[in-house]
Amino acid sequence: MNREAMLNAAVLLALVAVPGWALWAGEPFTITLATRAVIFALAAVGLNIALGLGGMVSLGHAVYFGVGGYAMGILAWHAQSYTPLVEALAIPGTKSMPVIWLVAVISSALAALVIGVLALRTSGVYFIMITLAFGQMVYFFAISWPAYGGEDGLSIYVRNGFPGLNTLVPVQFYGLCLMVLLAVLALNWRLARSPFGLALNAARQVPQRVETVGLDPTRVKLVALVISGAVTGLAGALFADLNRFVSTTMLSWQMSGEIMVFVIIGGVGRLFGPVVGAGLYVILEHFLGDLSDYWQVFLGLILLAVVLFGRGGLVGIVAGRARTHG
Amino acid sequence: MAEVVLSTRGITKRFGAVTASEDISLDLRAGEIHAVIGPNGAGKSTLIAQICGGLAPDAGRVEFLGRDVTARPVRARARMGLARTFQISALAMEDTVLQNALLGALGASGRPWRFLRGVLTERSLRDRAEAALARVGLDDVAAVRTAELSHGQRRLLEVAVALTLAPRAFVMDEPMAGLGSEGSERLTTLLGSLRREAPILLVEHDMDAVFALADRVSVLVYGRVIATGTLDEIRADPAVREAYLGDAA
Repeated sequence: MNREAMLNAAVLLALVAVPGWALWAGEPFTITLATRAVIFALAAVGLNIALGLGGMVSLGHAVYFGVGGYAMGILAWHAQSYTPLVEALAIPGTKSMPVIWLVAVISSALAALVIGVLALRTSGVYFIMITLAFGQMVYFFAISWPAYGGEDGLSIYVRNGFPGLNTLVPVQFYGLCLMVLLAVLALNWRLARSPFGLALNAARQVPQRVETVGLDPTRVKLVALVISGAVTGLAGALFADLNRFVSTTMLSWQMSGEIMVFVIIGGVGRLFGPVVGAGLYVILEHFLGDLSDYWQVFLGLILLAVVLFGRGGLVGIVAGRARTHG
Repeated sequence: MAEVVLSTRGITKRFGAVTASEDISLDLRAGEIHAVIGPNGAGKSTLIAQICGGLAPDAGRVEFLGRDVTARPVRARARMGLARTFQISALAMEDTVLQNALLGALGASGRPWRFLRGVLTERSLRDRAEAALARVGLDDVAAVRTAELSHGQRRLLEVAVALTLAPRAFVMDEPMAGLGSEGSERLTTLLGSLRREAPILLVEHDMDAVFALADRVSVLVYGRVIATGTLDEIRADPAVREAYLGDAA
């Protein structure tokens, strides 16, 4: 087993062990913190598919995170207020997580498709700016749309249900989120080694080569961006369920920046990079946040150190240079 | 006369006041190596970009396998079997040698939309990639990262990727660029044997290679073809001697 595999196994073990430790130590709030870390990690795994595999520096992933969040908020709000979602067709809202997840995934994938079609006409700094601009457009639209709370956001009184689980019990909700994260990580792992992953990897490094072997690098990247947006959207639905609250904060450009920070601190293009980055963020937020409101200064220092001295993020620092797949 | 595989018919390309290609008509016949030579700035790169796609001529057309492909994008021409190599290696440096060859095989298969199956487990792709690597003699470094290859090995890998496309014609942009004498001899031998599989349009600066390989030569000067013919004809052509080869030739 190489060092990266050992690090991944250690992170995995820690994630599985957290609830046990929290109950033993009598600190149940740790489970909520860990859930937050797992959901952030999922959002960042989504971005890592675009950024790490496809080289697309998207500064607009809060759109997908927020769309997923609002998918949950809107569906659950209609269900709790007994108002139909679509009046003409008498389609009701829902409190069922699988249905909410499906809607979150589809709507964030669609958002990524629309944004991707336009943004992928550009590259480099223009791509960053276009994704940021879309993020701001969606953000201000949500603020000015009064039907679903506008600036005040939407509160959901009771966490949505999952068949066979009591999601109100923190450990059960944590376990559910962890399962989703692991499933998506497995998908990410397979994707990177698939024919599509090979084409995407090459489209990031040498698009002209991809074209001269008869493939369309832009289309390959677009599909990757859609998958990426869908994953981050799913994370958004879970995040809204964790807080039982959705607001425009989830759509803000700061959110996009935070998701990107998770990926960069952990390690761009490394399978567990986003998990390590999100985990570290939540730990710092909790412990340093107690000491100072300006705890993000320390986050900034860490980010600076990682960017200056360890291009592969924390995973890269521990495990060395990425091995080529295969 | 052998069948014409690839041809340009009067292609012209202007950039403002500069005419980069002026009424260029060339053809590449089955089984031959047709070299295009010319001094720097003669318009060789512009010509390649119009033949392979990516740059549309202002006038004239490009025909490949008997079809007008002038309006088709790079990838459509590639799928028809037009394989190009780049002057400056365009390879995925972070990937292994095998992965670069697999990309070509994947392009040739036309089926990149598979997301969960391991690409290395696809026997047909892998056979094709490994056969191409063996052909250029890179099979022993298949697992090496491309960034760790020598310059000469990268030139060979360029050719291997082109081979995975099962090409009907090659367009090679200065394949010998930057090679030492040993490397260019090795590549010359390889290209000489490739012409039986598909004809090669060889844009090249290395005159030793051109004289060793070319069946016919076209001389490009200031965007115009001033002569086309066999090596002997080109050597004897007074316009060529004056414009390009100089009296030393």
